Amino acid sequence: MLTFTEWDALRLSLSVVLRSVLLSLPFAVAIAWVLARRRFPGRTLFDAFVHLPLVLPPVVVGYLLLVLFGARGPLGAWLERTFGLQLVFTSNGAALATAVMSFPIMVRAMRVSLEGVDRGLEDAARTLGAGPLDRFFSITLPLMMPGVLAGLVTAFAAGLGEFGAVITFASNIPGETRTLPLALYTALQTPNGESEAARLALISFTLGMVGLLLSELLARRLRGRLGPSR
Amino acid sequence: MIDIRLKKRRGEFALDVAFHLAGPGVVALFGRSGCGKTTIIDLIAGLLAPDEGTVRLDEAVLYDASRAIDVPAERRRIGYVFQDSRLFPHMSVLRNLCYGEVRTPGTQHVGLDEVVGLLGLAPLLGRRPHQLSGGERQRVALGRALLSHPRLLLLDEPLASLDLARREELLPYLERLRDRLSIPIVYVSHQFEEVLRLATHVVLLQRGAVVAQGDVVSVSLTPELRAIVGSEALGAVLEGDIESVDTDSGLARLRVGSGTLNVEADALVAGRRLRVQLLARDLILAVEPPRGLSVRNCLEGKLVRMYREEAGAELVEVDVGGATVMAKVTASARAELDLAVGRHLWVLVKSVALRGHVYPAVSPRHVASSPEPERSSALRSLAREIGAWSP
Repeated sequence: MLTFTEWDALRLSLSVVLRSVLLSLPFAVAIAWVLARRRFPGRTLFDAFVHLPLVLPPVVVGYLLLVLFGARGPLGAWLERTFGLQLVFTSNGAALATAVMSFPIMVRAMRVSLEGVDRGLEDAARTLGAGPLDRFFSITLPLMMPGVLAGLVTAFAAGLGEFGAVITFASNIPGETRTLPLALYTALQTPNGESEAARLALISFTLGMVGLLLSELLARRLRGRLGPSR
Repeated sequence: MIDIRLKKRRGEFALDVAFHLAGPGVVALFGRSGCGKTTIIDLIAGLLAPDEGTVRLDEAVLYDASRAIDVPAERRRIGYVFQDSRLFPHMSVLRNLCYGEVRTPGTQHVGLDEVVGLLGLAPLLGRRPHQLSGGERQRVALGRALLSHPRLLLLDEPLASLDLARREELLPYLERLRDRLSIPIVYVSHQFEEVLRLATHVVLLQRGAVVAQGDVVSVSLTPELRAIVGSEALGAVLEGDIESVDTDSGLARLRVGSGTLNVEADALVAGRRLRVQLLARDLILAVEPPRGLSVRNCLEGKLVRMYREEAGAELVEVDVGGATVMAKVTASARAELDLAVGRHLWVLVKSVALRGHVYPAVSPRHVASSPEPERSSALRSLAREIGAWSP
């Protein structure tokens, strides 16, 4: 049904996006917590910085990543030296670019959900003998779970469509960084590639729909567990 | 033993309180909304940081500003029942109950089975908090706090969110907790009736300061109480033992001072101690021995104090042989009867007027007879007793 290149692009897309959400998940939870619960000087600036990828052209983000994580960039050189990890022109690089781009979306969903968690419940847990980490994992995290899942799903969906940052930072290499949108773009650049482009668009469409339906189902089950008030 | 001294400033509001409870029992923090009651117990629990002061529980110093001691809330072992119960919505009742228990190891005074029996929680264990009624929720919250093996229990208006019927359902549980456990309780309330039923020591609060404190009987006579409860609810509290019960009339004779009161109450047992509030506006004063009246209660005594309560009304305190009652009379009645300190008086009150103002008193014998190691067995027998009694 699907051609080899289509399978390749689909498989790569899923793998890149999966890596990107797993990479950003712990950071997103931590930063959502800091933004929702901590008051410190420069918080507004920090908040703006986290949301920057939403308003910057993706090409700019890709460019900044090249500067930082390129072979001669400060972080890129360090990663190469210490872990032998190369990001430019690799699928890991594509995952990083995708993660950075969808990071604010993920943080936002989690933060909204966290702000809805009654801090009184954390106080109650405190009086029952639960320390800070214990409280977070036994009370806060389970109660913000709908937001965590929503963040994961929207970041996943948004990540599937990431184009500009990926092509700028990780380039367009078949089997390595040519995800679905990049493959679609490539097909359009190729003579007589229109039908191929349409097929790829249909795959993206199906993938998006399945993702949305799954997340809705999940959200319903969660709501059922927490009671009608939530 | 609890010993509390706290200062806290929050913008315009300044809190400065001190109170002490020598043994087990219930300290009621009583005052209008906004007088700082909840702030005080948040400070005791360690959820808020005081500016100055000490919090001591038996030998343990939990907070002492001068010695820089501040035990974090999670290690204070102070149980807290919040006004809004604050059950964890993602856990079943059973998991809520066990939350504190598994986090306070090595201090197993009270077991799950006992608490479940005591509070009648068995049918609720599998439910989620959103499937419970308000009264059930507070019972679970109470059980959860008890199972964290607290050295002190803080109750923040646990009945405030409940309707009258639910209140009546929960109060007996609280009375039994008070009488049978050796855990001291700090009870926050703005309902004087709850204070009358539960308290052994009352702290009256106004705008963050203690305006009066003492046992219920002495606090009931303080003028400061009137500012909080209003003059309609003002009245002396008396405590006395039941001398005899007339089963035909349903009246019990209660010894107060040198006289007796006939009170209506069911299931009364001779020898049991009762607490009764005589509302000042219900009392009638006579300067001669009254005759030919339907009134069942007449106490003889001497006028000890008199002061103006409001325009046209006087409060008259009468010593009736060791106990003090308080009557409200109009200024014209005072002039006509020529009332003055030292005057011999007869105080009249209808038994019907006492209906709803009679409560079981806290027996000091009860409180003294449950030393620490016996808490568990006391609870077990209590659980058995209530298991037979509750629906």
